[in-house]
Amino acid sequence: MTAVVRTVNLVKIYQDGAVPVPAVRGVDLQVEPGEFVAIMGPSGSGKSTLVHMLGGLDARTSGEIWLDGKRADTLSESAWALLRRKKIGFVFQFFNLVANMTVGDNVELPALLAGASPKVARNRRESLLAALNLTDRADAAPAQLSGGEQQRVALARALANEPALLLADEPTGNLDSRNTRDVLRLLGDVHKKGQTIVMVTHDARVAALADRVVSLFDGEIVDDGRITRRRTRTAGEVIDLR
Amino acid sequence: MRLHLLALLAKEPAHGYELKQELEQTFGSAYPSPNIGQIYVTLGRLEKDGLVRAVDVEQSNRPNKKVYYLTAKGRELLEIWVDEPTEGPRVRDEFFMKLVLAPLTGIADRMALITRQRRHYLSLMSDLNDLLSRTPPADRVATLLIEGAMLHLQADLDWLERCQEELA
Ligand SMILES: Nc1ncnc2c1ncn2[C@@H]1O[C@H](COP(=O)(O)OP(=O)(O)OP(=O)(O)O)[C@@H](O)[C@H]1O
Ligand SMILES: [Mg+2]
Repeated sequence: MTAVVRTVNLVKIYQDGAVPVPAVRGVDLQVEPGEFVAIMGPSGSGKSTLVHMLGGLDARTSGEIWLDGKRADTLSESAWALLRRKKIGFVFQFFNLVANMTVGDNVELPALLAGASPKVARNRRESLLAALNLTDRADAAPAQLSGGEQQRVALARALANEPALLLADEPTGNLDSRNTRDVLRLLGDVHKKGQTIVMVTHDARVAALADRVVSLFDGEIVDDGRITRRRTRTAGEVIDLR
Repeated sequence: MRLHLLALLAKEPAHGYELKQELEQTFGSAYPSPNIGQIYVTLGRLEKDGLVRAVDVEQSNRPNKKVYYLTAKGRELLEIWVDEPTEGPRVRDEFFMKLVLAPLTGIADRMALITRQRRHYLSLMSDLNDLLSRTPPADRVATLLIEGAMLHLQADLDWLERCQEELA
């Protein structure tokens, strides 16, 4: 089976300031088809930088990126753009919604760009907005939404083209527990459908849904392991009331 | 369990089995099958301390049953319990002691300890996720209790990250 994502000694050094900042320092990561991988780590450990490189949104300094067995780090910007349109959904940590389009159109556009018929695109828009409790915000402009609402729109948009690979950077960072629950349910469905997910998160509830958790520290992977599940029976066994 | 029973008796007098049912109904799966033996033992102690009193109620065709009610002294104790602020959980952590001490002895390195602990917390969280998804939302008490446990666990993980930044 070909890995959906494979990196070899991937390095990113930001050189735009006075001193170079090594943000990612030699990451070897492999993600299998259908896998749900959570990426955790302290602020500044390189999580955003890593997923940006995987989505072609930030150029690597050295090392290799392979997607579906094809070398990707050497692609041109337009080739990356095409790849994202067809195969990758990206949720930015800071949303990046199109300001002068309605919420509904923000969600519908990626499906149209990926080649879905107007009818299919409209259906996906509607089901995603409903799943994330956003139906009555469809005609609003992004600036009229709360942070948590914008975040959910960003997720809906990333899923609109039914991407084989979802890259998400803190998709629940601004959500209360009820909305987190909706997002978790949606992600669970996406995972069940066999889409591959690589998700940066601080939220342990979200990370605990993943098959695997990768921990970054100072730009390096310090842990990479599957989550063991044991199944407890009732709340009273976990929490002591007496 | 003493004060929990006093609280239930403050509502109305009851016999032991009714108290068991009341606990089950109020807490749902958050308080799975309270032990009836333990309830009777506790009631006996409360009676000895003058916090409840029992009367025998005659029943046709069956042995008398003991119905317990709250005494003035019992009510006073209950009021003190309800009114006083409750201690928060103490930050006392066996893991933290290991983290600080183990490297000094040369037995373990901190990064390895932190990594193992994180995995453990995440697997606990995964259990709680499971539990929450299998708990009907109508069981509000159990749901809140699980959410509370999740928030505590999240705080433990955040703290672990702080320890990693400062100590590893
Ligand atoms: N455009 C940039 N120019 C220079 N340095 C950058 C740039 N973007 C990120 N960095 C630096 O690279 C390091 C990693 O940043 P990154 O955004 O990947 O961290 P992160 O793990 O996503 O943190 P957070 O949890 O706060 O989102 C940090 O030291 C950061 O200051
Ligand atoms: Mg980030």
